[in-house]
Amino acid sequence: MAIPICGPKLSLCCLIISVWGVVMLGLLGVFFRIQSPALAEDIPINKDEWAQTQYQYSYIVEKYNQNSTNCFVAAGAYVGVFAISFIMWRVNKRADYTMS
Amino acid sequence: MGSLFRSEEVTLSQLFLQSEAAYACVSELGELGLVQFRDLNPDVNVFQRKFVNEVRRCDEMERKLRFLEKEIRKDGIPMLDTGDNPDAPAPREMIDLEATFEKLDNEMKEVNANAEALKRNYLELTELKHILRKTQSFFEEVSDRSGRREESIGLLGEESMYGVGGSQRLGFVAGVIHRERIPAFERMLWRACRGNVFLKQAEIDTPLEDPVTGDQVMKSVFIIFFQGDQLKSRAKKICEGFRATLYPCPETAPERREMAIGVMTRIEDLNTVLGQTQDHRHRVLVAAAKNIKVWFIKVCKIKAIYHTLNMFNLDVTQKCLIGECWCPVKDLDKIQMALRRGTERSGSSVPSILNRMATKQAPPTYHRTNKFTDAFQSIVDAYGVASYREVNPAPFTIISFPFMFSCMFGDMGHGLLVSLFALWMVVKEKQLMANKTDNEIWNIFFGGRYVILLMGLFSIYSGFMYNDIFSKSFNIFGSAWLVPTSRYNKTNIHKTPDFVLDPAHGDYSGNPYPAGLDPAWQLATNKITFLNSYKMKISVTFGVGQMFFGVCLSVFNHRYFRKPLNIFCEFIPEIIFMTCIFVYLIVLIFYKWIAYDAATPCAPSLLIHFINMFLFSYVKEPCSSAVFYSGQVRFQTFLLLLALACVPWMLLVKPFLLRQEHLGKIKLGGDTEPLSVRSGDIMGDGGESSHQELFDFGDIFVHQAIHTIEYCLGCVSHTASYLRLWALSLAHAELSEVLWSMVFRIGTTMDGFSGCVVIFLVFMPWAVLTVGILLLMEGLSAFLHTIRLHWVEFQSKFYHGEGYLFEPFSFEKIIDTKVDE
Repeated sequence: MAIPICGPKLSLCCLIISVWGVVMLGLLGVFFRIQSPALAEDIPINKDEWAQTQYQYSYIVEKYNQNSTNCFVAAGAYVGVFAISFIMWRVNKRADYTMS
Repeated sequence: MGSLFRSEEVTLSQLFLQSEAAYACVSELGELGLVQFRDLNPDVNVFQRKFVNEVRRCDEMERKLRFLEKEIRKDGIPMLDTGDNPDAPAPREMIDLEATFEKLDNEMKEVNANAEALKRNYLELTELKHILRKTQSFFEEVSDRSGRREESIGLLGEESMYGVGGSQRLGFVAGVIHRERIPAFERMLWRACRGNVFLKQAEIDTPLEDPVTGDQVMKSVFIIFFQGDQLKSRAKKICEGFRATLYPCPETAPERREMAIGVMTRIEDLNTVLGQTQDHRHRVLVAAAKNIKVWFIKVCKIKAIYHTLNMFNLDVTQKCLIGECWCPVKDLDKIQMALRRGTERSGSSVPSILNRMATKQAPPTYHRTNKFTDAFQSIVDAYGVASYREVNPAPFTIISFPFMFSCMFGDMGHGLLVSLFALWMVVKEKQLMANKTDNEIWNIFFGGRYVILLMGLFSIYSGFMYNDIFSKSFNIFGSAWLVPTSRYNKTNIHKTPDFVLDPAHGDYSGNPYPAGLDPAWQLATNKITFLNSYKMKISVTFGVGQMFFGVCLSVFNHRYFRKPLNIFCEFIPEIIFMTCIFVYLIVLIFYKWIAYDAATPCAPSLLIHFINMFLFSYVKEPCSSAVFYSGQVRFQTFLLLLALACVPWMLLVKPFLLRQEHLGKIKLGGDTEPLSVRSGDIMGDGGESSHQELFDFGDIFVHQAIHTIEYCLGCVSHTASYLRLWALSLAHAELSEVLWSMVFRIGTTMDGFSGCVVIFLVFMPWAVLTVGILLLMEGLSAFLHTIRLHWVEFQSKFYHGEGYLFEPFSFEKIIDTKVDE
């Protein structure tokens, strides 16, 4: 039996946040991938760099794609958090059960 | 109309119960929970009532049960809560119960007393054991030293005998003392004996259990050496003063060893006896734990029944108890059935009688709610319980409350989170209800789960209309704004930071975005300016709509209570007043929305026009303040004069008509004839006989004046008050945008692939802040503002709230509140 690292409340909190994180960051990744204009202010555009490329559209697309990948990676990390906190949650629940 | 529109019809009834059947009947009524008893002897002392003895016996039983419960808790035995609901036991069963509890109580007390004595004994023996063990080392040291001295003295010669002889006469006492008392004890000994005693002490490593309190205490063993009887008595006195326990300690080593062996065997014996006592205690408690909840309920029911019977009057013949109660007319049959069951159960031949009575008192207000409507009803009741049979705002609140809330909380993401939380509570309802907690905040959330669910769903809708999800917009149907490439292309894209999309220049497709706000606004710099104007107009429209509806509801009250005068002298002028000013404003708002577009050179400024309407000033410059339809001046003047005319109409007509009617009555010589109910002011059949003396023109006039002033000023201030819908919505949207750009954007604008780490790190604080600030704090503030809008702005138009709640005698409720305590 594994030793609980975090308590029942913290693990439940992490569990919920990680589910939210996976869903939201996954969706954000998708929206960055399809170059949603609503997220135009959220991409790292460097004005000078952009000027050097003669304001190529591909520069923007590249930034969008990069952000999209970042979001997917972060969502993946939250899958990991989800797994850990789920195990912790189960451990806590079992510990709770055996105690009472 | 549904039952929630007005409170239930409640009637006063008289109950005649045979003495022998009374207990069973009241018990049946308690199970039913539909009857509110009135205390018929309010001025009788508690101790002078008929069933004082029984109530007292119940108290005694409860005390014993509580004692048992405490003992069970102490031993950590789980109490079985099967959730079954036993009937109230028959009165003769009470004696059995009493006997059972008495036996248990005595047994418990005996066991406890025995255990305490045994424990004390055990403590003494353990202390003695420790003393023997520790002093062993003291004596060893002493004998060691003295032995060495003997040796050294022996080398010196004959004098050595003195030293040994001297040490022989040293007396000692040994004992045990609390560890924290040691320093003071030592100092005291030193001072009182002038340094002529020798104190040696050692700490006992294991804590000892105090037999009375059960606490763990740390103690120390000490031994005092002294010379002479005087010092001995002094040292003993000091020991006594410090509550040290002294134990006899044999002087020679073999004796001590013998004693130690004896003590050890005795401790072992005691241990077995103690174990048996504990086992016995445990067995008794486990047996009691199985039944204790049921017993609690039974005793509680008996007590409640006798308490209720105490409110009854005794008939002259002593054969029959008479009680009065309020009961809903619809449930009279059920109550009759319950009475019949009770009579049958008690085996009485004479039936119990329920007799409806006429009364002048206002009956209590009873709204039959279910788990869904309950929370909304309690929001209304928190302001004031509806007067009897008054129009109840709760059914309208079910829709308007979440709607007004969502106007301030409009965000699809936040709405989704809120409704998921509420949905979880609704789905897991039974489970969550089963494990009751006394966490007040949780209970508030759980009690309002359906309100929260509706608020969440409505917020999703409003968020869709505002096109807001975590401050971002969705482009579902395709924006209606176009960016013509002829004017905005790659060559001039970097020259101008802001592009103006001008509908007049064909940048607008002409077909508006089908539902909600066009997503193009999200990137616009004038988004807030646009939204402010839009949301302000929307809030005023909703506000005036709700107030208008409230005024209309007052008609139902006037008609139901048969006060036609109120319709003609209050309702009609009120409606006209509001229509002339505020409905006109809303018509203007819609007119401006429909009739003006980007092509029209000059749109009217409604606020300026509205102010000018009151000032009767009509100017030509600037063009936004110039009249914009023909006959506007005359029409607006007419509206304003009409509204002004409504004020004296409201103020004067009703009091004078009432006065005239009253004078007419007097002239007819109808001194004894009561004023007709049509004249208003009195409700239903209340106070007819004494009404004529109560007619006070001044009073009525002042009342009417207050009402008029309140209404006219209220219309203005309440309309302005509805602007909070806009203000909070703006605050909410801005806060959520700030949170996104200050926190989340740190992650997304990070160049390169290190961004993923930052996004991962930044998401969590963003999520926590979203829940903490936007959902909890903003949600709470929007909730409070919605409550205010309903209590003040909406309900002040028709609702009196001067009633009192119908609180039926119900076992379920009594036991529930008991558990909560």
